[in-house]
Amino acid sequence: MANKTPKGRHPGAEHDEISGVQTTGHEWDGLKELDNPAPRWWLIVWIISILFAVGYWIVFPAWPTPAGHTKGVAGWTEYSKLKAEQKEIDQRQGTYLSKLHTMSFDQIRADPAEYAFAKAGGAVVFKENCAACHGTGGEGRKGYPNLNDDDWLFGGRIDDIYHTIQVGSRSTDPDTHATMMPAFGKSGILTPAQIDDAATYVVQLQHGTPAMPTPAWTRGQAVFAANCASCHGEGGGGNRDLGAPRLNDAIWLYGGDKATVIETITNARAGVMPTWKHRLSQDNQRMVAIYVHSLGGGE
Amino acid sequence: MIQLFEKAEKIYPRRVYGHFRNLKWLAMIVLLGIYYAAPWLRYNRGPHVPDQAILIDLTGQRGYFFGIEIWPQEVYLLVGILILAAIGLFFATSLLGRVWCGYACPQTVWTDLFVWVERFVQGDRNARKRLDESGWTFEKIWKKGLTHLIWLLIGLMTGGAWVFYFNDAPGLLDDIVHLSVPWSVLGWIVALTFSTYFMAGFARENICKYACPYARFQSAMFDKDTLIISYATERGEPRGKHKQGESWDGKGHCIDCLSCVVVCPMGIDIRNGLQYDCIGCGLCIDACNSVMDKIGLPRALIHYDTENNQQARTAAKAAGVPAPKGRMKWIRPRTVFYAAIMSLVGALMLGAILLRTETDVNVIHNRSPLYVRLSSGEIRNNYQIKVLNKTHFDRSYTFSVAGLNPRAVTLLGASDAQVKTFVVPANTVGEFRVELVVAPSGTGRVPVTFLLKDQQTGKVARHASYFIQP
Repeated sequence: MANKTPKGRHPGAEHDEISGVQTTGHEWDGLKELDNPAPRWWLIVWIISILFAVGYWIVFPAWPTPAGHTKGVAGWTEYSKLKAEQKEIDQRQGTYLSKLHTMSFDQIRADPAEYAFAKAGGAVVFKENCAACHGTGGEGRKGYPNLNDDDWLFGGRIDDIYHTIQVGSRSTDPDTHATMMPAFGKSGILTPAQIDDAATYVVQLQHGTPAMPTPAWTRGQAVFAANCASCHGEGGGGNRDLGAPRLNDAIWLYGGDKATVIETITNARAGVMPTWKHRLSQDNQRMVAIYVHSLGGGE
Repeated sequence: MIQLFEKAEKIYPRRVYGHFRNLKWLAMIVLLGIYYAAPWLRYNRGPHVPDQAILIDLTGQRGYFFGIEIWPQEVYLLVGILILAAIGLFFATSLLGRVWCGYACPQTVWTDLFVWVERFVQGDRNARKRLDESGWTFEKIWKKGLTHLIWLLIGLMTGGAWVFYFNDAPGLLDDIVHLSVPWSVLGWIVALTFSTYFMAGFARENICKYACPYARFQSAMFDKDTLIISYATERGEPRGKHKQGESWDGKGHCIDCLSCVVVCPMGIDIRNGLQYDCIGCGLCIDACNSVMDKIGLPRALIHYDTENNQQARTAAKAAGVPAPKGRMKWIRPRTVFYAAIMSLVGALMLGAILLRTETDVNVIHNRSPLYVRLSSGEIRNNYQIKVLNKTHFDRSYTFSVAGLNPRAVTLLGASDAQVKTFVVPANTVGEFRVELVVAPSGTGRVPVTFLLKDQQTGKVARHASYFIQP
């Protein structure tokens, strides 16, 4: 390659014998920098980049000025992009939402695409609103019912679930599930001995009548029949109209050991769920009812 | 004037005839032929499925290659193809040098085609140089104009062929003829038209020199037994002009005619030895051989040879003994290594294709919650099942579970309604739910296998999972 760099441009510059090129005079530990000219194609790409940038300033918002930034001839903003995308989402959802408004739950179940839409939407609503108490998968915890199982306080059909979502439990809604269990111990209705007997009876309920009933169980049976059966039913079958839990199954909202049952009888329990009538749109309430029903325990 | 930027020297490769030139023409015809013709091959796969032999159906999420059909879940085959391509390249390079660069690389093939067009319209090296140096005469305008027009047409065909690989070719051609193509297709055609025009018309050897990563790291695959384009220095030097009838005593066989330089598409002088610019195309060999034929000397002053052979000959000449016969060492650690990797990956891919099942089952155990206690005290686990029916027929499957004796098995289909069997339409993925209920056994996590028996063929697809209890 011919030496095309004029001599003497840099202090310390010298002619490199091997490459035939002038050095820049820069030297680091014996390494010298050759002063090769940059390729012209590189210059052309650089100029094209500058022209592109100028074009970009004209088309898109770019420069700050005292009167606000330049707007660009394309009228593009992040906000307008978001709006356009939201509009597209609304359009896509619109076909399903308009049907959801008018269809009954049975009609939705008969339409797999509509059902899938409602269930997916319900899952989102559930995770945003319900999961704080009922858990992300509706698995519940002490005092907050598990929504996956087959035990329902107020009924497990989609309509029942929808109603409970609307009115809540002991909420501010006038139609709410408002029944209360008396605090049998605290209010002095039952003595601690009677409560102990009743607890013995209740804990045994899911296992049936014992072959050799103990005196405590027999006494507890009498206490239960006199005080509890009116709501919880003979044999502890529960009453959904009152929201009185079933006591003869394996599912316990607060715990099925005797100590916890004694605590429950003594002080009573009154779990609260708010009304969602005014917090969620009707569509969302219906969608979340479908989702909860699908978790596995739906009736 | 201070020159800050250096203009790339334009290269005017001269026409050349010979063995390697013919090989390059053949490679160009075969490779471009495959590229342009492949999307038009038909392959009957039955109804409701495209009959294009090679098709990447992006909207349908399928890849078709003759009898092979690839689902997105089988994209590992693509990884295998990429590994094979890369190692194949390394293998060829370690044996034969940069033959990929010289004969098969799209950059080389299209550049070769564009140079051919240039020569066809404007004439050979000297005529082209003269035309470039002349003012804007009528001749220059029409010749340059025609060249660029043909270049653009070739670019258009290149972009046009590309989109056929992603669409039904006859249908899309009909759309293109009627000018009703989607923006995506039009965008690809335009982009590839101009990138071909720019790459093969202007950038040419600069891509190999400045942009191509493969050109940079290929030296790692070279050793002294790799075939490279070699100038036989011991025979050619001292070079110099030679008159007919003169004695060759004290003179090298290189008559310094520069034929090897003017034909080089990279614009280098191969007599300076192995250079990073050399793409190993062999055109200088053809040029030198035809000169050797004319002056009555043996061929192969420039030839494909290894560095070891070249050194052996130089040493023999210095010692005054006859030159040893060149030999090629094909089996070397690196070639064996590359061949082994290629065989391994090839065997794995072949196995994956041969063992490909018609049905795939995927099971996801519901993790939130892991299990549910029912009012009866029994434990329920929920699963999501995806069934890939890769056949072109509707299928139904009987479900069973091994490793567990459930009290109840509930299968749920569309709308979470109960179903008796899994019915999956042809060429689709069916999504179902399964609920298993067992009496608790207190053994914690139980491994189970889900079995799906194809009711038509009796074949069983399986997937391992767990039943989880407290």
